[in-house]
Amino acid sequence: MVKVVFTANIQRHVACPEAEAPGATVREVLDGVFAANARARSYVLDDQAALRRHMTIFVDGAAIADRSQLSDAVGPESTIYVFQALSGG
Amino acid sequence: MTGKLLVSTRKGLFTVERSAGAWAITKTDFLGDNVSLTLTDPRDGRHYAALDHGHFGVKLHRSTASGFEEIPAPVYPPKPDGLVENDMWGRPLAWTTARVWALEAGGADEPGVLWCGTQPGGLFRSTDHGSSWTMVRSLWDHPKRKMWMGGGADLPGIHSIVVDPRNSNCVWIAVSTGGIWYTADAGASWTQRGEGMRADHVPPELTHDPIAQDVHCLVQCAAQPSRMWVQHHNGIFVSSDEGRTFTEIKNVNPSVFGFPVAVHPREPDTAWFVPEIKDEKRIPVGGKLVLTRTRDSAKTFEVLADGLPQVHAYDVVYRHALAIDATGDRLAFGSTTGGLWVSENQGDAWICVSHTLPPVYAVRFA
Repeated sequence: MVKVVFTANIQRHVACPEAEAPGATVREVLDGVFAANARARSYVLDDQAALRRHMTIFVDGAAIADRSQLSDAVGPESTIYVFQALSGG
Repeated sequence: MTGKLLVSTRKGLFTVERSAGAWAITKTDFLGDNVSLTLTDPRDGRHYAALDHGHFGVKLHRSTASGFEEIPAPVYPPKPDGLVENDMWGRPLAWTTARVWALEAGGADEPGVLWCGTQPGGLFRSTDHGSSWTMVRSLWDHPKRKMWMGGGADLPGIHSIVVDPRNSNCVWIAVSTGGIWYTADAGASWTQRGEGMRADHVPPELTHDPIAQDVHCLVQCAAQPSRMWVQHHNGIFVSSDEGRTFTEIKNVNPSVFGFPVAVHPREPDTAWFVPEIKDEKRIPVGGKLVLTRTRDSAKTFEVLADGLPQVHAYDVVYRHALAIDATGDRLAFGSTTGGLWVSENQGDAWICVSHTLPPVYAVRFA
């Protein structure tokens, strides 16, 4: 099972507790998590199911490369972090 | 008279109510969050609030007996694989709701129907009080939709929606930039309107093209729907034939530039505007915050300043931030510098409710 951790800042809008789901890619894992927490989906993904422009996802400490298809591979012991992208200011 | 206002700001939604002759903030919702627009449905009293959470996207909320609940925001359909559609900057156009820019109730005979205009240009309709939304594909798929362009914002958007009080199937929308569009069949088909408007910020061959027009705000007189008023990037325009043709109004003191317009619900010749210097200098003329009002269909205008700051005032009033109530006697407006004013006598005198609000995006009577 892959662990998914959400930014603390999202919690005041929608509860996103740490979750686990199976999958070989970021997409597969997040689909599993959002199946159990449907409201959270639109806070992370846009209308085309791509990662929102100002969000970022790290897998085991590395930012994912595929922000539209979320095809980056994950291992069974991986941890996915869903954060806001911050820059400057 | 309506004694309640919903004020959408950069940092929350403020309810303002009249009590014992005074206006005061009585409630806050979504404090700290960006509230871009509200709607109070005149058919059932429900309130709707559009929020933009930035990182987390655009959301909609609907009032219940115990407070607001989140409801689905409009969602764009899947962008077909291989479709190349770029914005005016050459970047791929994201088919995703970037902003809720118009929110209106359908006609009195169609309870539950709502219309929602968005950036980058999608129009959505709900038949269940916003519990679900359907994109109006006839407009999104219209070949001329791709000629819409971003104005002050990067993306084109639908900011004005007008439902004909005589026939709910007849709806006008206005686009910045993309002119005025009209449907007589509840959105099944659309035609462009707005002959006579003039855009001097485009090449000469496009100056009078209805699709090139940067309409800032479109309103309709409820009692005489053939009369429509437009505050346009180039000035003020008025129509007496349901938006088919417009006449430009020039030489209005102190300026014809601005964003909002309000029309009296029963007097089609009476309208209000909030002038600024001009497009490249968006501040009140001379640092004096004023409104202009015509009572004779733009033959003459009065300058309304009683109660408004007349020294070093740099308030800008956005297109949704001027409101008139159903009686036509009360008006209210809010500014980018956090001012909120109410008039109970059609603008003759103004009462300052606050000058320390967050930047005001929208003001509506509830």
